[in-house]
Amino acid sequence: MNTVVAGITFRAMLGRRRIVLLILLPVFLIGMAFALRLLGDADQATAVSLLQAFSIGTMLPLLGLIAGTGVIAPEIDDGTIIHLLSKPISRPVIAQTKFLVAATMLVLFAAIPTYAAAWILIRGEAGIALGFALGATVAGFAYAAVFLLLGVVTKHAVAIGVVYALIWEGLIGTFVPGARKFSIQQWGQTIADQLTDVPFLKSDVAIGFAVPALVIVTVGAVVLAGMRLRSFSLTGDE
Amino acid sequence: MKIELSQVSRWYGNVVAVNDVTMTIGPGVTGLLGPNGAGKSTLLHMMAGFLAPSNGTVTLDGNQVWKNHHIYRNVGLVPEREGVYGFLTGWQFVLSAAKLHGMSDPVSAASKALAVVDMEAARDRRVETYSKGMKQRVKVAAALVHDPAVLLLDEPFNGMDPRQRLHLMDLIRQMGASGKTILFSSHILEEVERVAQHIEVLVAGRHAASGDFREIRRLMTDRPHLFRIRSSDDRKLAAALIVDGSTGGVTLGPDGLEVQALEFRRFTWLLPRVAQANGIHLQQVSPADEDLESVFAYLINRSA
Repeated sequence: MNTVVAGITFRAMLGRRRIVLLILLPVFLIGMAFALRLLGDADQATAVSLLQAFSIGTMLPLLGLIAGTGVIAPEIDDGTIIHLLSKPISRPVIAQTKFLVAATMLVLFAAIPTYAAAWILIRGEAGIALGFALGATVAGFAYAAVFLLLGVVTKHAVAIGVVYALIWEGLIGTFVPGARKFSIQQWGQTIADQLTDVPFLKSDVAIGFAVPALVIVTVGAVVLAGMRLRSFSLTGDE
Repeated sequence: MKIELSQVSRWYGNVVAVNDVTMTIGPGVTGLLGPNGAGKSTLLHMMAGFLAPSNGTVTLDGNQVWKNHHIYRNVGLVPEREGVYGFLTGWQFVLSAAKLHGMSDPVSAASKALAVVDMEAARDRRVETYSKGMKQRVKVAAALVHDPAVLLLDEPFNGMDPRQRLHLMDLIRQMGASGKTILFSSHILEEVERVAQHIEVLVAGRHAASGDFREIRRLMTDRPHLFRIRSSDDRKLAAALIVDGSTGGVTLGPDGLEVQALEFRRFTWLLPRVAQANGIHLQQVSPADEDLESVFAYLINRSA
């Protein structure tokens, strides 16, 4: 990791309007948790369905998209990335640093709020808070890596990311059970399922598949992003 | 240090941007001159390790440039696009460059670099509040913060006011005189002439000419020139001019004469004398093709 690259990336992420996007969804999640508690619906089933549908199902992929592409795509777009790339720092190190920044963002803005929302609803009951927070963390890492890679590879990273999250994970994953096997969201839920003991949370993907899949996708995407940055080209306007 | 390009070509699909260029850039200031779209940026990006040649090799002191981040210890790059983080102050931007280079004393290196480009007064303002010329100067400061032996600048004078331009020209000349290898691109002959000892001309992706500015200037003046002339008796003047070998062709039209001068100097010497000897009054003599495009067009035909 390079601390200067990390510092600049954090400032770029947090210093501007993007922070509003990052804060909005977790604030909504925690607001929902408070509202449910006030309404007296604070039981395990409610907590699990809120975390499953909103926290891991909606917030995590969206924040993953914002953080994962946000740490690099705007810099590639406006050419500021040259400032980092024209230095004697290996490009894979730059990719790894960008990944770490995005992953940290997801812990801060997705995993911790997930834990907080569960805590507000049911405290530490049945390991739900911890399970979902860890599920969100590891799935967040995978999202950060995949969307970082997309940001390096294509100018249309956000569009492709939205299509993946909404169409593949959201729509196709709902109707085609087989597709769920190749869904970061589902892998995250599997982790959450493993760490909680509630009978009504049932994941579709076996832990024996989800864990290696998360590791391979995360590491693979970061490595590929580094390789791709090594051959980063300025094609100019000519 | 020396940048060597050997039979370098770069194409995008069917479009050839740089075509079989071989050149060596050594210590001193070299100007890369060519009209817009000649492939200057493409060539410069290949020298800076930001583009792979489709063919041929680009090396820095014998080391491959492409996919080699170690070259940046010795190379400073000033890209044409703004490419400066707007949310950083000028100071933070240059300091970050010094730190990214892993310098032992980044603070003093950054102060020195900002002083060199005369940007100390505005160093604590955010870059997004800078004028284009000021952004250009902090970019230069960031590029030379590690005192590189090689400096590559893509159209560095664009957007600068005349005072800033003179300042940067001085700076480039000084660095060249101190033995650094400096290459900058420009589409303006006068700019290149004033700063560069050596000029490489690129036209339509091809290496059209190479030499010191006197040679390039001579190439550009010794080409055939086209003049439009109005006089008290165009017909008589045409007849008198045709006799002399320095004119290639004379066209008589309703708007006067168009004369193709083969030898610029002889023709400009001859014209007033011929007119005087024949009792003709010259009312207008104007060069018809003095723009840089036609100069380049000539060079490209010559090199073809």
